[in-house]
Amino acid sequence: MAFDNLSEKLQNVFKNLRSKGRLTEDDVKSALKEVKLALLEADVNFKVVKQFIKTVQERAIGQDVMNGLNPGQMVIKIVNEEMIALMGSETTEIALKSGNEITVIMMAGLQGAGKTTTTAKIAGKLKQKGRNPLLTACDVYRPAAIEQLKINGEKQGVEVFSMGDKNKPVDIAKAAVEHAQKNGFNVVILDTAGRLHVDEEMMDELVAIKNAVDVTQTILVVDAMTGQDAVNVAGMFDEKIGIDGVILTKLDGDTRGGAALSIRAVTGKPILYIGMGEKLSDLEQFYPDRMASRILGMGDVLTMIEKA
Amino acid sequence: TKTRDNIVSGIDSIFSGFSSIDDDFYEEIEEILIMGDLGVKATEEIIENLKAKVKENKIKEPAACKQLLIDSIKEQMRVEDTAYRFEEEKSVVLVIGVNGVGKTTTVGKLAGKLKDQGRKVVIAAADTFRAAAGDQLAEWANRAGVEMIGGQEGADPASVVFDAVASAKSKGADVLLCDTAGRLHNKKNLMEELRKMNRIIDREFPDAYRETLVVLDATTGQNALSQAKQFGEVADITGIVLTKMDGTAKGGIAVAIQSELNIPVKYIGVGETIEDLQKFDADEFVNALFKTDGNEEE
Ligand SMILES: Nc1nc2c(ncn2[C@@H]2O[C@H](COP(=O)(O)OP(=O)(O)OP(=O)(O)O)[C@@H](O)[C@H]2O)c(=O)[nH]1
Ligand SMILES: Nc1nc2c(ncn2[C@@H]2O[C@H](COP(=O)(O)OP(=O)(O)OP(=O)(O)O)[C@@H](O)[C@H]2O)c(=O)[nH]1
Ligand SMILES: [Mg+2]
Ligand SMILES: [Mg+2]
Repeated sequence: MAFDNLSEKLQNVFKNLRSKGRLTEDDVKSALKEVKLALLEADVNFKVVKQFIKTVQERAIGQDVMNGLNPGQMVIKIVNEEMIALMGSETTEIALKSGNEITVIMMAGLQGAGKTTTTAKIAGKLKQKGRNPLLTACDVYRPAAIEQLKINGEKQGVEVFSMGDKNKPVDIAKAAVEHAQKNGFNVVILDTAGRLHVDEEMMDELVAIKNAVDVTQTILVVDAMTGQDAVNVAGMFDEKIGIDGVILTKLDGDTRGGAALSIRAVTGKPILYIGMGEKLSDLEQFYPDRMASRILGMGDVLTMIEKA
Repeated sequence: TKTRDNIVSGIDSIFSGFSSIDDDFYEEIEEILIMGDLGVKATEEIIENLKAKVKENKIKEPAACKQLLIDSIKEQMRVEDTAYRFEEEKSVVLVIGVNGVGKTTTVGKLAGKLKDQGRKVVIAAADTFRAAAGDQLAEWANRAGVEMIGGQEGADPASVVFDAVASAKSKGADVLLCDTAGRLHNKKNLMEELRKMNRIIDREFPDAYRETLVVLDATTGQNALSQAKQFGEVADITGIVLTKMDGTAKGGIAVAIQSELNIPVKYIGVGETIEDLQKFDADEFVNALFKTDGNEEE
């Protein structure tokens, strides 16, 4: 990949500065040009990048180069720290209600992001934790969406609640919660249809569901390959419906996943899990530091710096 | 449609406020291109070319410069008339791409379109992996009013393709559309599976006109370039279908792909109904690329 050698480039920028003990404004600026390009290549939103570079620049200028770190590494260290800070310094889990109170989780996102698959993946995780989840087929539009959820539910050994495609998603959601109450389920996961953030009618549908049932967590499912538009998508889902967390899918690909940074920057909501494959067990914990090094495309360098 | 509304407001509002061609002006262009997902490399190339032309033609007016830029990207993205030959030929269309981009839906839409043109269409359900992929495609076959050849979940997709080719031949079908499972381009075994399907078509239907469409989600960023490259190593890609153009993403990565790999965009998806597939229009596309929200800050 083009920017795997970001660290090399930075070494070059600072080639003549090894002896310097302090980062000057000019040093930092020329180094951050390379960082900026790397972030843009990784699909971090242009405006987010600009803001980010500004923050790093302010922090880096005048810093003493530490023992064991050359100026290039010093800049990377600061970039990395700021990125992790922006991405939420620790891992987070889906918040569940305690005891027998029913937790309702609503999945939302663009078409094809991975909602239905992720719904089944989460069910598997919750089941392992001793919860009793009920999956609910609220996508009444996509051909065979219900069948898809049913097959996945069966693979996970989890019940799927469906009322066909002739009912409104709001009514299905309400009925599902009632069904859960009567039958001892303590988590209801609503799989909803994919929709565009600019489709008002469809966005209103999610708002209606939220108003009708007591949704504990609204989770935005985002394709990790998303480009510059991630800020619009995440921003509008959060603004119109209100989201509590994000799941990034398809990170088993070779995308750098800069959308993660953009989404965090516009919503401030935690990234809960990452999808690492099509199999229903392929859902992993999100680690901000690993994501940071993925976006920068230089895991090894960072590991080395962490230790310094 | 929704896209058209987005597009018509046009490009006149952009680059307003510039009285001369200076660094700020070029920076504004750079920002628009990067925000449209063209990527750093294509953007830099475009701007370098533009600067050269401005110098060469002694252009002084930002408006003229803007027009120059727009025209050159339009020219680059223009699709040759021959691009749609498969619609008239006896052809096999292989539809490939990563997960969830809109392959199955595109096959359904394309089937409907070709059927309307009086072509006899057969579709092959060669996604035997994803849950309910066959049911989904069956519904599209039903909507389009065409026949589908399917396989059991877990069956070898190449064998489905084999059966479908035989069936298309014996029925005297004009066009065979093959839906395939979503696969990430970095998965060796899945790409090998695709190679095999491709080989079967070559072997079993050597005189068919071949069309291989890579479906790209317009929302995708720089990774789409890697997708196009690696799918291109497995099959001869003849065109791109850019889906979900009814959203706010500009699909600018297609420009980078056109520059680097010379693969044209042939269709765009603009919604989820059977009518929502259009032939690619370079003018509309570039106009939309340069349309920014009037109310954006800065
Ligand atoms: N490689 C990979 N594929 C994934 C992942 N998550 C989902 N997918 C695939 O992405 C495609 C779309 O997934 P779905 O779960 O159907 O997506 P959706 O958001 O429910 O789609 P709509 O309901 O049509 O909006 C399928 O082929 C899934 O197998 C992931 O983490 N990695
Ligand atoms: N808004 C919009 N949605 C689309 C478009 N094309 C496809 N979709 C939606 O995107 C989602 C995924 O489409 P599919 O056709 O299932 O995608 P796929 O590539 O076959 O997915 P896999 O087989 O799982 O890899 C569905 O919800 C479609 O309705 C489009 O042009 N616009
Ligand atoms: Mg779904
Ligand atoms: Mg499909």
